[in-house]
Amino acid sequence: MDNQLYLSSSPHIHSGETTDKVMRMVIYALLPACAVSIYFFGLPALSVLLICTLGCVAAEAICCKMMGRKMTLADGSAALTGILLALNLPPSAPWWMSLFGAFIAILIGKQVYGGLGYNPFNPALVARVVLLISFPVQMTTWTAPAPIGSGLDAVTTATPLGEMKTAVMLTGKLPELATSGFGNYLTGNMGGCLGEVSALALLAGGLYLLYKKIITWHTPVSFAGTVIVIGGIFWMIDPTKYPSPLFHLLTGGLILGVFFMATDMVSSPVTDKGMLIFGFGCGLITVLIRLFGGYPEGVSFAILLMNAATPLIDRYTRPKIFGQIEQEAKS
Amino acid sequence: MKLKTFPGGLHPPDGKHYSANSPIESCPLPDELVIPMSQHIGAPAAACVAVGDQVKKGQVIADAKGFVSVPIHASTSGEVIAVEPRLHPTGKALPAVVIRPDGEDRWDESLQGADPANLSADELKDRIRAAGIVGMGGATFPTHVKLSPPEEKKIDTLIINGVECEPFLTADHRLMLEQSERLLDGIDILRKVLGLERTIIGIEANKPDAIAKLTQAGAARNIEVQALEVKYPQGAEKQLIDALTGRQVPSGTLPMEVGVVVQNVGTAAAVSDAIRHGHPLVERVATVTGPGVHTPKNLLIRIGTPLRHMVEQCGGLNGDPAKIIMGGPMMGQTQLSLDIPAIRGTSGLLIFRREDLPKRLEAGPCIRCGRCIGVCPIHLQPTTIAAYARLDMIAEAEEYHALDCIECGCCTYICPATLPLVQSIRHAKGGIMAKKRTI
Amino acid sequence: MLAAVLSLGGIGLVAAAALGIAAKKFAVEVDPREAAILEILPGANCGACGLPGCSGYAKGVVDGSIAPNLCTPGGSDTVEKIAHILGVEAITAEPKVAVVFCQGDNSKAAEKYRYLGLQDCNAAQKIADGPKACPGGCLGLGTCERVCPFGAIEITAEGLAVISRAKCTGCEKCVGVCPRKVIRMAPLEATTHVLCNSHDKGALVRKYCQVGCIACTICKKNAPEAYQIENFLAEVVYEHHSEAAGVLEKCPTKCIRDFATGYPEGSSFAPPTVPVKPAQID
Repeated sequence: MDNQLYLSSSPHIHSGETTDKVMRMVIYALLPACAVSIYFFGLPALSVLLICTLGCVAAEAICCKMMGRKMTLADGSAALTGILLALNLPPSAPWWMSLFGAFIAILIGKQVYGGLGYNPFNPALVARVVLLISFPVQMTTWTAPAPIGSGLDAVTTATPLGEMKTAVMLTGKLPELATSGFGNYLTGNMGGCLGEVSALALLAGGLYLLYKKIITWHTPVSFAGTVIVIGGIFWMIDPTKYPSPLFHLLTGGLILGVFFMATDMVSSPVTDKGMLIFGFGCGLITVLIRLFGGYPEGVSFAILLMNAATPLIDRYTRPKIFGQIEQEAKS
Repeated sequence: MKLKTFPGGLHPPDGKHYSANSPIESCPLPDELVIPMSQHIGAPAAACVAVGDQVKKGQVIADAKGFVSVPIHASTSGEVIAVEPRLHPTGKALPAVVIRPDGEDRWDESLQGADPANLSADELKDRIRAAGIVGMGGATFPTHVKLSPPEEKKIDTLIINGVECEPFLTADHRLMLEQSERLLDGIDILRKVLGLERTIIGIEANKPDAIAKLTQAGAARNIEVQALEVKYPQGAEKQLIDALTGRQVPSGTLPMEVGVVVQNVGTAAAVSDAIRHGHPLVERVATVTGPGVHTPKNLLIRIGTPLRHMVEQCGGLNGDPAKIIMGGPMMGQTQLSLDIPAIRGTSGLLIFRREDLPKRLEAGPCIRCGRCIGVCPIHLQPTTIAAYARLDMIAEAEEYHALDCIECGCCTYICPATLPLVQSIRHAKGGIMAKKRTI
Repeated sequence: MLAAVLSLGGIGLVAAAALGIAAKKFAVEVDPREAAILEILPGANCGACGLPGCSGYAKGVVDGSIAPNLCTPGGSDTVEKIAHILGVEAITAEPKVAVVFCQGDNSKAAEKYRYLGLQDCNAAQKIADGPKACPGGCLGLGTCERVCPFGAIEITAEGLAVISRAKCTGCEKCVGVCPRKVIRMAPLEATTHVLCNSHDKGALVRKYCQVGCIACTICKKNAPEAYQIENFLAEVVYEHHSEAAGVLEKCPTKCIRDFATGYPEGSSFAPPTVPVKPAQID
């Protein structure tokens, strides 16, 4: 039957790469970090993860229903936002705060702009910053890691970055922990958000994404590189006052930010050159906030600020089209 | 050694194994040849025969109208049984001459071959035009126009396009392998017309046998053969020139701007026939392939052969066809039925079954992954142009260089949101051209 | 404390002065009539007048570069008010609405192929002249719906454009974008239309559409004044539209519709409860 034929515009084949596959890959890449955080922080970490993820999915479903949009749960973006949000919260975060954050992320961070693809800011970071401002106490109460089976009790502690800030403010000198204990920072044996703890697990996830070509090297290299270079310059100026680049790299949310937050496709530039500029901006702002700002950690603010600059960066990094060079030279 | 190529592009599954090893086979005459009057870019030809006329193979059945136009010839001897609109590969009913072959396949005796050495460049060009030769890579631009650059443009290089970067197609590959003498002779004639020496044949590295054969045969004639990286769209004219000569054709201009003329291998071979034997373009090699064809083959077909007849020569259909594509999977045109005839630009016939089509997904929102920008050989921002096109913001689309799009399909192929980017850009291009016309 | 109050107050004063000077210096003279007319215009910026927006039209009307009766969405009311402001006589046009001359949705009209790709009528039309087998039938991909500034067009679940006679203001935007020219303007007072756009012969129409006009001439035989048949397609003669509704039941393919009694199948638009308002012709 001829009328059973499909007609369409070329091309007639497709790579098979789809949005939900991309989202799924990023979720896979985050699983090691989730596992490590559960190992160190136990049940509270698991509950934060679950509440955030389910909360985001529920918020997305409600939004789609209320706004009469097509149900978009299948693309996995809401679940991903939930996991990223959880990784940006302390393990002691109360359930209502996680849930509130999840709704903020989806509602204020994403759906009000028109849903996936239209949000100018990273939704998880929007929620984190809203929570940080609204609930400063809960958001900065950290528990020391108590690995499963270690028999340790969860005790309140500070993050390395927080302790550094306090020490520098009080004494003008770096504390002991800024120059030692890097092995713990690498594996995640320190206080912090779920996703701030294990540099190794995050690195593994990040490399997986690079290998799978979900993200390109531009943003991570430029972001981390800028932190190392700028942090390094200050360190060389006064190593008693400013921490080493390695400390910058391994503590706080830098690795999470570098591989998973700054590379969020929707809210970052589209061209290679744009990503390099974006990464540089993120790195610069992060170091400045960490060393001179009021907050101990600056990754979220840095990324959000650069998100705001994304349209501008895109505008000024438009690729030069094939055959344009000669034309300009001629005219 | 790093092979030459261009920036951007991608690697679709090549599908050439279906037919790469099957030698060119002559397709028998069908019961009816439907020869459309519009088989080239430019003004359609005007039929000059009437129902009931007896025609001979190679006889002119339609005259060229204007400079950018070529005459059309009978593909075999027989009787004209209809001059009427018939379904054309564009999906519209367009004027065509229908011939019932008499089976004798007699050439028109008035067609005389000549030794190119005794003809001037202009005489050669006239013969090429009279033979109805057009670009056989698929664009079907009249060859004589390409061979007539304005005085002030100095042409120093002839590029012969044997890249065949479209997946599934192997017609050019087989032609290079089996008819290299014909091809090289055509190249010599083209060189004489253009008055130049430097000739490069560009071939993708996935055809080592063709590269070896032509390198050897071309050496004596001072023809260079260059292996190119296997990457789509390596055979796009401007990308090919960039890869082979390092010259970028300025946006909005033709290759002659950088002193280059590009001809497809099939075109060069047809030029040889036209001069040596006086034979016009009445047949061509086309690949009949795809999982929907029983035994994929490379066929030598008459212009006007219905697609159904071609499929029958290849053991018929394999399963129910879901998409009939004239050309390759990246840039080919879908067809309404197998009753449509093959024309001069038909480089292949590709048939997909339902299960071979990409999973049907509703196009989602752009997630700004930027992949379309990375693969675009022109370095456009396809998603931006497409977004403007959807909003009918034609001026903005033009500012983002929509007109430079070569419609290669890379962006649509890679898009994870499965957006029909090329189609949107085409829409924008149509809008821009319409606007230009009204001004 | 005092220093803070003074400095802030000072900044405020300087800024206020700067603003005041700027307002005086860069003030643009506006004809008060222009503002008054802009007030009256519907503000949809639909472009029916030929200018990009209402403010442009208001300006044009005041400086006399464009006629004052071109705002079809505003209707005769607006035209009269504008005329009043300008002190000229109102020449109102007969109100018109856009009508989709097709009822062949996906359940009633055949497709010659299945279309994949951009959900836009103009894009689909470029591929083998569109998927609908009927060369004139509505493609139902919603290009008209998207350009309508008044939300007067809906696409039914079965893929047919339907225009609300209550919401349509006659701006003709949809008429311009339809690749198949299936939307045309008709007098608002005429409610009966032959909803078919195929000029093919009856036998062919029957092959691809259950509700197409087959040019059987029954309508013309029963109401000779009200119908004319041209090129195998019947149409209502609008001067005699009042007689057209009488033959609705006699049409064998039911392609004649009286909008006073209902919209095509699948539409959410309700027919007017009171008879459509009479034409406003002075």
